[in-house]
Amino acid sequence: MPSPDSAVRVADLVVRFGRRAVVDGLSLEAKTGGLTAVLGPNGAGKTTLVRCCTGLVHPISGDITVLGLTAGSRQLAGRIGLMPQSAGSWSGIKTVELLRYLAGLYANPLPVPALIERLGLSDCAKTSYRRLSGGQQQAVNLAGALVGRPELVFLDEPTAGMDPHARRATWLLLRELRANGVTILLTTHAMDEAEALADQVFIVDQGRVTISGTVRQLTKSGGTLETVFLSHTRARAAS
Amino acid sequence: MTTLDLSPAPAPAPAAKRILRHGMIEARLLIRNGEQLLLALVIPLAILVAGRFADAAIANSSIASMDLLAPSVLALAVWSSAFTSTAITTAFERRYGVLERLATTPLGKPGLLAGKALAVIMIMLGQLVILTSAALTLGWRPEFTAPSALLAVLIVILATATFVCLALLLAARLRAESVLGLANLIYVILLVGGGLIIPVARYPVVLRPVIEALPTAALGEGLRAAAHGHLLGWPVPVLLAWLVAAGLAAWKGFRWTS
Repeated sequence: MPSPDSAVRVADLVVRFGRRAVVDGLSLEAKTGGLTAVLGPNGAGKTTLVRCCTGLVHPISGDITVLGLTAGSRQLAGRIGLMPQSAGSWSGIKTVELLRYLAGLYANPLPVPALIERLGLSDCAKTSYRRLSGGQQQAVNLAGALVGRPELVFLDEPTAGMDPHARRATWLLLRELRANGVTILLTTHAMDEAEALADQVFIVDQGRVTISGTVRQLTKSGGTLETVFLSHTRARAAS
Repeated sequence: MTTLDLSPAPAPAPAAKRILRHGMIEARLLIRNGEQLLLALVIPLAILVAGRFADAAIANSSIASMDLLAPSVLALAVWSSAFTSTAITTAFERRYGVLERLATTPLGKPGLLAGKALAVIMIMLGQLVILTSAALTLGWRPEFTAPSALLAVLIVILATATFVCLALLLAARLRAESVLGLANLIYVILLVGGGLIIPVARYPVVLRPVIEALPTAALGEGLRAAAHGHLLGWPVPVLLAWLVAAGLAAWKGFRWTS
């Protein structure tokens, strides 16, 4: 039985693409109302984990419970927000148009003008998505994940491509979300992001969790989170 | 700065509103896309006008050519919107993560499919109105009867559903750039060789059974016959067989992520 304290519980998850195990016995729990960071190198299985949690990829074995329900259940639709790693938007749509459309799928959405202002997108509200900078696109993607006022959000590398100002503004927003009771599960490569935000960190390599704990627990022997990361993951050969 | 209430309050909008919203946004984006407009309207209109004034290549006289050409061009419009546009649009939605995002919203997978169907219907209705008006202006005098018009509607519905299923299958299995090239190539090949514009009777005898088995020929022949007030039966079972096969393949083979 999943703990009522766990918004997401993943147990012994295995996903194969062809003969390759992309996720290989991964287990983790994300506490309700907390911010859980999944750290891992490229190809570690982070995006596949998120896709399994949102029901888009079906594992060959293992269990996933999301908000007490089986991952992919129709009853979850709308209760979770997703910021995919890829754009998550039509290229020709304007920022305000996309967010109004997404808001229209919900009964109690965040007010779009205020959300646009909060994320610093006022100057590009009427700009096509393809003409936005990488950081602006990330901000739009984040807004799309939040507009429906979800209980749980999955953020796949939410600050990739953002400048330091935008990153700090996003961190502030994520802290506010957590303070308002939203559970956050994010994937990242950025150690400083995990250190600044995470209540719980799971370091993933080759499809499984190699070590987990709070930042303080992971660094109690004196190293930094980066040294812990490096000692618990393997380098990929450059392709 | 405006204060946002970030506390969770998830609740879906009513299903009909969600589907309508999605249909409207897809249709609006498609209308803005120049390449899609070329497929949806410019090419069919060009064929209509060229057929009316250039004569003979498709029929033996300009008057007869409009009687054949107008329903053929309507069939082409269905083909371009339901297959080519849907395949290209969906392939890029998959690549850009649009499908991934929407599958987790209250729209969900069934709503996404219903919204896509609504967008295709809205675009096709626009095409049919514009192309029919143009054809009537150019001298088309259709001879639909009530039964033949009903049969034509049935054939268009079956063909649309079949083409959309084939488009979703194509969009799900290949990279977006490959779908872009292949969907356009298939569009042109079946425009010329699929019985859409050119009546099956004008193809070499040895090829006719093969062409008659194509869903494009079933649509083209069915609409041409209906526009003359004739009831042509064989397109319905051909389209039904394609719809079952394409529907099952799309159901099994569709992928939401790239």
